Amino acid sequence: MTFENKDLSGKRNPAPKKESQKTTCQKNSFQKSTCQKNAFQKTAYRKRQDFFQKAAFLAMKLSIISVILILLLIVGDIFIKGYSAITWEFLTEMPSNQMTEGGILPCIIGTVELVALSLLVAVPLGIIAAVYLTEYAADGKIKNCIEQAVNNLAGTPSVIFGLFGMALFIKYIGLPMSLLTASLTMGLLIMPAIIRTTQEALLSVPKEYREASHALGVTKWETIRRAVLPSAFSGMITGIIISVGRAAGETAPILFTGAVYYYPRLPDSVFSPFMALSYHLYVMATESMNIELTRSLQYGTAFVLLAIVFVMNLAAVGVRKYYKMKFKPN
Amino acid sequence: MTNRQIRDFKEKSMKSLFFIGGVGTIFVLILICLFLFTETLNFFKTYDFIEFVTGFEWKPGTNPAQYGLLPLLAGTLIVTGGAIILAVPIGILSAIYIAESSGPKTAEILKSSVEFLAGIPSVVLGFFGLIILVPAIQSAFDLTTGQTALTGSVILAIMALPTIISISEDAISAVPAPLKQGSFALGANRWQTIYKVIIPAAFSGISAAIILGIGRAVGETMAVMMVTGNMAIIPGSELFLSSVRTITATIALEMGETAKGTEHYYALFAVGAVLFILTLGINLVADAVKKKQRAGV
Repeated sequence: MTFENKDLSGKRNPAPKKESQKTTCQKNSFQKSTCQKNAFQKTAYRKRQDFFQKAAFLAMKLSIISVILILLLIVGDIFIKGYSAITWEFLTEMPSNQMTEGGILPCIIGTVELVALSLLVAVPLGIIAAVYLTEYAADGKIKNCIEQAVNNLAGTPSVIFGLFGMALFIKYIGLPMSLLTASLTMGLLIMPAIIRTTQEALLSVPKEYREASHALGVTKWETIRRAVLPSAFSGMITGIIISVGRAAGETAPILFTGAVYYYPRLPDSVFSPFMALSYHLYVMATESMNIELTRSLQYGTAFVLLAIVFVMNLAAVGVRKYYKMKFKPN
Repeated sequence: MTNRQIRDFKEKSMKSLFFIGGVGTIFVLILICLFLFTETLNFFKTYDFIEFVTGFEWKPGTNPAQYGLLPLLAGTLIVTGGAIILAVPIGILSAIYIAESSGPKTAEILKSSVEFLAGIPSVVLGFFGLIILVPAIQSAFDLTTGQTALTGSVILAIMALPTIISISEDAISAVPAPLKQGSFALGANRWQTIYKVIIPAAFSGISAAIILGIGRAVGETMAVMMVTGNMAIIPGSELFLSSVRTITATIALEMGETAKGTEHYYALFAVGAVLFILTLGINLVADAVKKKQRAGV
């Protein structure tokens, strides 16, 4: 452990040299016992440690490479096989012939509407809660409780949100299984993530901004509105964009709150049921009339879904980079 | 009203609005508990609690119907266990690599890739598993069907990996530089520094990452449902090569076909409550472990 240390001290201060027969040095004998013999040759111990190091780093590299390979394999498989299924008709037509032919237009529209409505629920609620947590709440029981609640909501499985949404909105309030109920459920599901990212964004705003604003006599809310929120904007947007991907991809919460197997019309109001890409993919891959025959339709659906998620992720990265460049401190 | 009064009123109303919004999150959690547990209580009005907890059979279709929790719980535990065995070593080693031995540019690229992996919707992963992994496992082990617990474990491991990697990477990066420098100054090489200094210092963070990975795996629905075969039986000697049905899959598969207010409907809520308690416990433990890290460093 301490060889190089001693070698160094030996070089710097070679005078008080005492011949010691030790080939290994004890930790606390840092004064006199230099390991001159081993100064320029590796001991067995050192060799063994170097071997461990090499093995460990090899294992690390293999791990990270396997992670990247898994990603490439999944994405590659779906993009390559899905790409050939994508035609203009596929994107703009209704499913036909018992969903063995035709396109996925109602699913695309359904997913877009679902995402938009659930953001309408989650974004205001999430931002309000995050602002309260970072700007208003004093450290104490209430803040702790809220943070705990957000953590637990974030860790609650999506299928539980589905159960909850069905019990509350459909069974007790009596709404029909519809775009509205699914969006409310999905909104609650993505809210914790929005709270967290907004909180992070708000925390990264320097304290000086707030203090300068207060020093000018500006009230708290005005400070938040004019100084804090604009500076936290990029972080908040990033979080929201990633939530879009999440809401588009989640299936379990909409299974029993609004998504249906087959509804070959565009939803005309928020009270009508709808088709969604994610649920459509599940149905086509597991329960469709002819699973083998519709393979290319399934790949096409997976392609569109994955493309939405990836475009959203890329956009988030882009926004982050853009704002970093724009507000680079000189 | 004077200008000042208007301003004060605005300030106060904004403050209460934010307060209500903040407390609203607690309200949502309470509401979820309330609905989950009242529906569960309805179930125990007609079905014996002990029979539910110790039942070996989940047969909602028979007469009288049997709602035994054990096969579902066993399914969830075996699939999650397999996933964790696969994901933990790969995840932690990858996290160390990203944090300690890649340059800042490579680290950025690797981190974005992990984020991309996290972003893949579970239904897409399930689809991939169904088409690529299921046949592969079927032919590799010479089975009648490739829809096994092992298949579910592999897919779940892929889903748990990003959680494990990004949270442990955070914890490892947060280890103060002087600790590392001290270790190097004593002549330790990089690997010695990593496993004698960095990993112990980041231990709570890494544990939290693993626990949250478990939480993610336990609660995952779509991907698992598509690849595990969904047979509600307690796995016998084949263990990982038998078909299993998890708690989440049971809810997702059966809820759509169940009339509201029937015993079966309430039974699914009872199963959901078990899942909720499980994940709640996992979250609380992860939280406690993380707090320890913050207090320690």
